[in-house]
Amino acid sequence: MPITLTINGTRTRITAHPMTRLLDVLREDCGLTGTKEGCGEGECGACTVLLDGVPVNSCLVPLAQADGTHVATIEGLRGRHPLQRAFVEHGGAQCGICTPGMIMAAVALGRKPSMDAMRVGLAGNLCRCTGYWAIYRSIRSAAGASKR
Amino acid sequence: MRAVGRNVLRKDGVSKVTGAARYIDDLTFPNLLYGRTIRSTIPAGEIAGVHLNFDTAGFTIVDYRDIAGRNIVALIEDDQPCLAEREIRHVAEPILLLAHADRERLLAADVQIDYRASTPNYDPAASAITFKTITIDKGDLDRGFAAADRIVEGEYRVGHQEQLYIEPNGVIAVPGPDGPGGDEGGIVIYGSMQCPYYVHRAITVLLDLPDDHVRIIQTETGGGFGGKEEYPSMIAGHAALLARKARRPVKIIYDRVEDMLATTKRHPGIIRHRTGVTRDGRLTAMEIDVLLDGGAYATLSAVVLSRGVIHASGPYRCDHIRVRGRATMTNTPPNGAFRGFGAPQTQFATEVHMDRIADALGLDPVRVRDINALRPGDTTATGQRLGRDCSARQVLREAVARTDFTRRRKALAGSNRGIGLSLFFHGSGFTGGGEVKLASKAALALTERGARILVASTEIGQGTRTMHAQIVADTLGVPYDCIDVNAADTGEVPNSGPTVASRTCMIVGRILQRCAEDMRARLGAMTPRQYLRAHGPLVVTKEYEKPSDITWDDSSYRGDAYGSYGWACDVVEVEVDRDTWQATPVAFTTVHEIGKAIHPMLAKGQIEGGSAQGIGYALIEEVVMRDGRMANGQLTNYTIPTTLDTPAIEVVMLENPYKHGPFGAKGVGEMPIDGPAPAVINALRHAGFDLREIPATPEKIMRARSASPEQRRPSAERESLRSSARSGSELGVGPQRAK
Repeated sequence: MPITLTINGTRTRITAHPMTRLLDVLREDCGLTGTKEGCGEGECGACTVLLDGVPVNSCLVPLAQADGTHVATIEGLRGRHPLQRAFVEHGGAQCGICTPGMIMAAVALGRKPSMDAMRVGLAGNLCRCTGYWAIYRSIRSAAGASKR
Repeated sequence: MRAVGRNVLRKDGVSKVTGAARYIDDLTFPNLLYGRTIRSTIPAGEIAGVHLNFDTAGFTIVDYRDIAGRNIVALIEDDQPCLAEREIRHVAEPILLLAHADRERLLAADVQIDYRASTPNYDPAASAITFKTITIDKGDLDRGFAAADRIVEGEYRVGHQEQLYIEPNGVIAVPGPDGPGGDEGGIVIYGSMQCPYYVHRAITVLLDLPDDHVRIIQTETGGGFGGKEEYPSMIAGHAALLARKARRPVKIIYDRVEDMLATTKRHPGIIRHRTGVTRDGRLTAMEIDVLLDGGAYATLSAVVLSRGVIHASGPYRCDHIRVRGRATMTNTPPNGAFRGFGAPQTQFATEVHMDRIADALGLDPVRVRDINALRPGDTTATGQRLGRDCSARQVLREAVARTDFTRRRKALAGSNRGIGLSLFFHGSGFTGGGEVKLASKAALALTERGARILVASTEIGQGTRTMHAQIVADTLGVPYDCIDVNAADTGEVPNSGPTVASRTCMIVGRILQRCAEDMRARLGAMTPRQYLRAHGPLVVTKEYEKPSDITWDDSSYRGDAYGSYGWACDVVEVEVDRDTWQATPVAFTTVHEIGKAIHPMLAKGQIEGGSAQGIGYALIEEVVMRDGRMANGQLTNYTIPTTLDTPAIEVVMLENPYKHGPFGAKGVGEMPIDGPAPAVINALRHAGFDLREIPATPEKIMRARSASPEQRRPSAERESLRSSARSGSELGVGPQRAK
């Protein structure tokens, strides 16, 4: 039974087993490889996408659960989101594998997140390269807040 | 505008923030098969039988008999098979390879292996097989101990650590005729890796192919930290064997559990110190015994041990030193490269021991370090005379001043918080004669607008492409944006050596600088475009040249172990919850002297990230081995620092140039992970918890709680008297009480 969802603003019909991981649908059926797999167990957050605006680990979301939803991935930001430029300018991306998920989780934090909001809101997104502070600086910069 | 010293935009930034960067699992090929590795489930024994309990139609199946060349993962020693033939030395040893177009069928295939099990050994001290022993001798140890007022002893233990790059290991092997060698059966391998030429050599040996029939192309790599130094040679070999037999491209991507169970980790170690000191805190003799658990095969244990023992006496001056190191075999998956490479293990011991020496003498930990810190003109354990680029005291003093350490230490006494520090150093480049043996080559090709960098040094997040382009841009006298960086593709770039050992800036960057100097001289007054019109293509290739003032004797382990060293000091404040016994780092300051920060933001990123990994090593990252198998091989229960576990990290960078580094730069990649663990343990000691082992999990902290702040001083004193009495009598030197 096909499932219909809106991916980055485009209505898409997917014919796949309803228990297929949303991550695989995005990467393989839709060719949206910007969303990464780091652990497949919902711990690392590399596969974070927004499901109706809420960050989820797409490796834990079965396709059936995404029926009728709006899914936003890193490709949906089209390289024009202030966070994307800020991550380049402030060292928020090193090896880059956590970056798409991290940016999507940061999008969900809203416009000017507090320090606490960043630390709690990104606690499900692991980064092994940066020690996180360059990520906070990137988000703050995108929010137009003064530099730390 | 000059590029060096400025935070230019990183070359790979845009592709990484847009999701356009292509990692290995993002690539696909027509007719692609998926590969799977069947692994041993016992730690020691022999294979007695292999049973394929599935319909093999459509499967490609490979075992050791399909190997055309030598069944080894060619590296240093040739002891590790690519596929086990009979003997099993560890859990998760690869035995059989399967490939199929359908992943579900592949995963469902049931293979049963029968074994004749033998008794495994997990104790590195009881091992019958020693991979490597190294002894460093300086001065006369007996004389040194005879000059001591006190002798302080200690034993320190460090556990495994998983690199935990967020992108697991993965490769795709594509066989000819599209690849090199055409119909003769060459092969192209794409993969996540640090060292394309390591993989290149391993594949030529495994498949018995000439060099030009094998091409290795690094794909965007989602972190390495040493974990993709040697292991990719194994997984690439597996994919290549399947692809050659199937005559189709084969992709192998490990899932997280397989990556944690089967791939290398940081070597666990047991390090013993016996140190002679004068009453006023001067080191007179250091006797150090280093034992590393190599796991089942030699991999890089010999060189990890080498870096470990050279750093074992820390950044300290002492005339009489003996370091004995040994790496042995156990029936656990092989340990290998991880950022720091032996130095985090040995400097953990040294720095915890220094605080115990200070306690035993009733001296301040800063003072004991300041008295003994290496100065320009001093010699290290290998007899290396340090030049003006030695900054041990500067980093110590800067860190102490910045954190108001001494006053803070007094203020926190008796509370749930402790503050501790560590002073450490890290040699840049391959050890000893390693760089001469590597004879790395780098090249620059002139382009219409500037130049293209041709190196096998990989971008794994640390900023190789950006930092190299900055060095070349300024040397050539063109804007940063006019420098391109070629993919790390052995079909196109010379062998600039592995991307390891804090060598990519100081060593490879310097070779590139010499290429750019030569190119600039050839251009003269011409623009690149004019030159190309007048003379045609220009490629300048240079090889590593050993500075004439560096000498090393590998047989005696004497001489200049490294061209230069970085120097650093960490200060950390830790709070202990007296209900849960969990320690939380609440403030972290690190002062790093790195010669010259080519790109200050990237350098700071290395320091912050390495410090966070070091905090994980200190407190939470525990590999639980049960019957030779990692029992917590998933991210749910092997945890790395999250946002909530990582304290604010204040980074101070000092610059004291190394004359042979590009623009004065030394290495920076590894050093940050050497210091956090001992600083954390010393902070816990200050809070009343006498630990000698990491990770300092709540269980270990709870067991150490008897040493409360009020009791700490007397108990430390008693113990030190015991040890000095024992050692003193051995030496015929009477114990003396500290005042």
